[in-house]
Amino acid sequence: MSASVRTSRFISLVAALALSGAAAAGPPERVVSVNLCTDQLALMLAAPGQLVSVSRLAHDAESSAMAEAARAIPPNGSRAEEVYLLQPDLVLAGTFTDPATVAMLRDLGIRVELFEPARSLADVPANLNRMGRLLGREAQAADMIAAYERDLAALSVDLAPRPRAALYYVNSYTAGDRSLAGAILRAAGFDNVAAETGLDWGGVIPLERLVMLAPDVIIEGRDYPGQARAEDNLNHPALAALKDTRKAGHLTDRDWICGTPQVLEAVRAMRDLRLSLEPAR
Amino acid sequence: MKLAATLCALVAALFLASLLTGWVAANPAAALRALVAGDGTPLSVVMQDIRLPRAILAVMVGASLGLAGAALQGYLRNPLAEPGLIGVSGAAALGAVIAIQTGLALVFPLALPLSALAGAVAAVLLILMLAGPRGGSITLILAGIAISALAGALTSLVLNLSPNPFAAADIVFWMMGSLADRSFQHVWLALPFMALGWALLLSTGRALDALTLGEDAARAMGVDPFRLRVTLVLGTASAVGAATAVAGAIGFVGLVVPHLLRPFVGARPSQLLWASALGGAAMVLAADIAVREVLPERDLKLGVVMALVGAPLFLHLIYRTRREMA
Amino acid sequence: MTLLSLNALTVRRGECPVVDAVSFSVSPGECVGLIGPNGAGKTTLLRAALGLLPHEGLSSLSALPARARAAQAAWMPQSREIAWPVEVETLIALGRIPHLPRGARLRQEDRAAVDAAIARMGLEGFRTRRATELSGGEQARVLIARALAQATPLLIADEPIAGLDPANQIATMQVFRALAEEGRAVIVSLHDLGLAARHCTRLLMMGAGQLVADGPPPEVLTPDNVARVFGVTAFWAETPQGPVFQPLEVTR
Repeated sequence: MSASVRTSRFISLVAALALSGAAAAGPPERVVSVNLCTDQLALMLAAPGQLVSVSRLAHDAESSAMAEAARAIPPNGSRAEEVYLLQPDLVLAGTFTDPATVAMLRDLGIRVELFEPARSLADVPANLNRMGRLLGREAQAADMIAAYERDLAALSVDLAPRPRAALYYVNSYTAGDRSLAGAILRAAGFDNVAAETGLDWGGVIPLERLVMLAPDVIIEGRDYPGQARAEDNLNHPALAALKDTRKAGHLTDRDWICGTPQVLEAVRAMRDLRLSLEPAR
Repeated sequence: MKLAATLCALVAALFLASLLTGWVAANPAAALRALVAGDGTPLSVVMQDIRLPRAILAVMVGASLGLAGAALQGYLRNPLAEPGLIGVSGAAALGAVIAIQTGLALVFPLALPLSALAGAVAAVLLILMLAGPRGGSITLILAGIAISALAGALTSLVLNLSPNPFAAADIVFWMMGSLADRSFQHVWLALPFMALGWALLLSTGRALDALTLGEDAARAMGVDPFRLRVTLVLGTASAVGAATAVAGAIGFVGLVVPHLLRPFVGARPSQLLWASALGGAAMVLAADIAVREVLPERDLKLGVVMALVGAPLFLHLIYRTRREMA
Repeated sequence: MTLLSLNALTVRRGECPVVDAVSFSVSPGECVGLIGPNGAGKTTLLRAALGLLPHEGLSSLSALPARARAAQAAWMPQSREIAWPVEVETLIALGRIPHLPRGARLRQEDRAAVDAAIARMGLEGFRTRRATELSGGEQARVLIARALAQATPLLIADEPIAGLDPANQIATMQVFRALAEEGRAVIVSLHDLGLAARHCTRLLMMGAGQLVADGPPPEVLTPDNVARVFGVTAFWAETPQGPVFQPLEVTR
C-alpha cells in the first residue's frame, strides 16, 4: 500500500520535472481544453497551433457557437488518461469538470486552470481577460473586450414597461436574475418572473406556479435531439391555454450558456422579441 | 355492498382532495368554481389542465394496478404476485421507452401504450412460463427479480444511448413513476387500453373463485384454463401497460391493496377484483397527494411513497410464507 | 342409461401406457369403488375420464363441452387445495358455479343445494369458519360438501377419505352410498379395502394400468385377485353386520 503510493508519487514527480523543463517561462505551447466554455474562449484567443485539443462538445453545432472553428482541432473526451497523453502544459477546465479528473491531472504535475460558469454579462470581459493572460494573448483579449462592451451598450434596451418573461427549460427548470440567462433577459428589456418567486439564480418552477404567474412571455429552453419524458413539460397543454401569454419558442442554447461575446447574439434575439411585443402593447 | 359504498366515498373524497392539492394554495370554493368556469384565468387553467387530468389519471392508474394485482394473485393463488414485483411494470416501461426513443410514439401516438402493452405481455407470459400454473413463491419472486433486472437494465441502456442529454434522467421516472404535469393527452391515450384491461380482468372473477380449489377442480367446474390464461395475460398487460406508459412503473399498489382488502371481501378472489380497483384508485390518489404535500416544489416520485408503504408489507408476507418457500 | 362410459380409454406417458385400454360404464344407483395399489393408474384414469388429461379411446364425459360436463359430473381431486381463507359456506357455494347464469348471484335453488350439502356432511357448526383454519379431516369433509353442492348425477372423488378418522370415514362412505340409493352414482378411489367391501355396490380393481376385475365386492376381492394385484393375503367373512375384509400378510 505505502509502497505503491510512493511509486505513484515518484512517477508524478518525474513527470512534473520533465514537463516544467519543457514549459519554463513564456506562454504555454500545448493547451488542452476539456470544457465547452473554455473551448470557445481559447478558440477565440489562442495563437495558431497553441490549442491542441478541445472537448468533444465543441464540435456540436447545437451547443457550440464556434463549432466551425473547432472542427480544425482534434476533440477529446475530457478524461485524465487521454488528456495526459496529449502532453499539455496547460489544461483549461470548468469548475464543474469531474474533480477526480482535475486532481489526477494535477497529481501528474499538469497545470489545470478552472473557470467558473458565467453568472452575469460582466463575467464575459473578466473571462476574456483571464484567458488572454493565461495564453499570453493580452492584446487580443483587450480588443475583444472593447468590441464586446461597445456592442452590448448598443444592444441594451431600456424601454418601459418591461414585460414579465419566464425562461422555462426541460424538467421545469428556470433561470433567475443572478444567472447568465437572466442577465441576457434583463439586458434585452425584460423582467424575469423568477425574481417574483424568490429564485435568484435558478431552480425548479412548478408548472402550476408558472401558470399562476401568467407571464407576458414564456421563452422555452432548447429542444434537444431525440426524445425525453423530461421535455414533456415544454409541450404541456396548460401553457397553450394561457390566453394572455405569448409563447416565444425555443432559445438557441449555444448563445446562452457560455460567458463569451457570443451572448450578444442572445441579447440581440431577445431585443428583437422585446421590440416585436411593442405594437401589441 | 357496504364496502363498495365506503370505498367509493373514499375515492370521491381523495379525488376532491387531490384537486385541491398543489403548489397554488387557492381557496377551495374559488378553485372549484374555476374548475367548472373554464374562463382562461390562470387558476382555471391550473384546475382544468393540470390538476383535473392528474387526479383522473391517479384514479385510472390506481384502479388498473390494484385490479391487475388482485387478478394475478387470484390466478397464481399467491399473495406475493404483483405487476411491479414480478417485472410486468418494468417490462411495460421498457416497451414505452423503446416507443419514445425510436420516435415511433411521435409519428403514431398509440404506439406508446401499444409498445408498453407488448412489453407487459412478454413479461406476463415469461412469468407464467417460469412460475407454472400454480405460482410457487420462490419461483415467482426469483423470476420477478430476473425480469425486473433485465427490463431495468435494457431501459437504462436505451435511455443512455439516446442523443437527448435528459433521457438518462428519465430512468428515475420510468422506475419510480410520477403523475406530475401529465395532461388530458395522457388520459385519452391510456383510457381505451385500461378500459379493455378492466373489462377483461373483471370477467375472470368466477374462474378465479373456482381456482381457489385448484386447477383440476376448476376445470371440472367448466373453467377453460386456456381462455382464462389468455384473458388474464391480455387484461393485465393492457391495464398495466397503459398505466406504465403514462405514469411510469409504480410498484406495490397491486400488493398492498389486495392484501388490505382481502379480509373485507371474505377472501373471495372475484369480490377482491372490484374492491382492489377502488382501493388502488384511493391508494394512488393518496400517494399523489402525499408527494405534493411533502415536497411541493420537487417532483417526488410516487414509487418512493409506495415502496415505503409496500416494502415492509412485502417483507412481512415473505416472512409469513417462509415455510412454503423453505 | 349410463352416467359414464369408457371405451378402451388409454393414457400414455411417452410410449408407455399408464392407463391401458380400460372400458366400463357406470349407471345410476351405483357406488363404485376404484381400488388398486399405488401407481396402478387410478388417478390418471379418473382425470382422463373427466377430460383433464389427453387420452386415446372414448370417455362419454370428456366428449362433452366443459359446461355440460360440469353439470354431469363433480370432481374432487386428491390434492385438497384451498388457496384463500374463505368461509366454509363460501367454499361450498363454489360448487354452484357451473349452474349459475352469467353474472348471476346465488339463487334460491343454489342456497338450497349448499344447505343440503352442509347438512349431509354435518358441517352446520362450521359455516362461518375459515376453511384454511380447519383440520385436514374437516377440510376433506368441506371439500366433499363442495362437490355435493354441485348436485350432479355423478360424483367422482379421488381418495376422499384418506386422512379421516374412522367415524368420518364411515360416515362419508355412507353418504356416498346414500347418494347412490337416491339414484345418483359415485365413483370413489380408495385404499381401505375393508370400507370398499362394506360400502361399495361395485368395485373396479386396477393393476399396472389395466382393469383387472370389475364386479360386486365379493367377486372382485377374491384371494387370487388380492394376492396378484396387491401382493397380500386377506381375511373375508360375511357377518350379520355385513361383509368384513381385512388384509393380513404381505406375500412378496
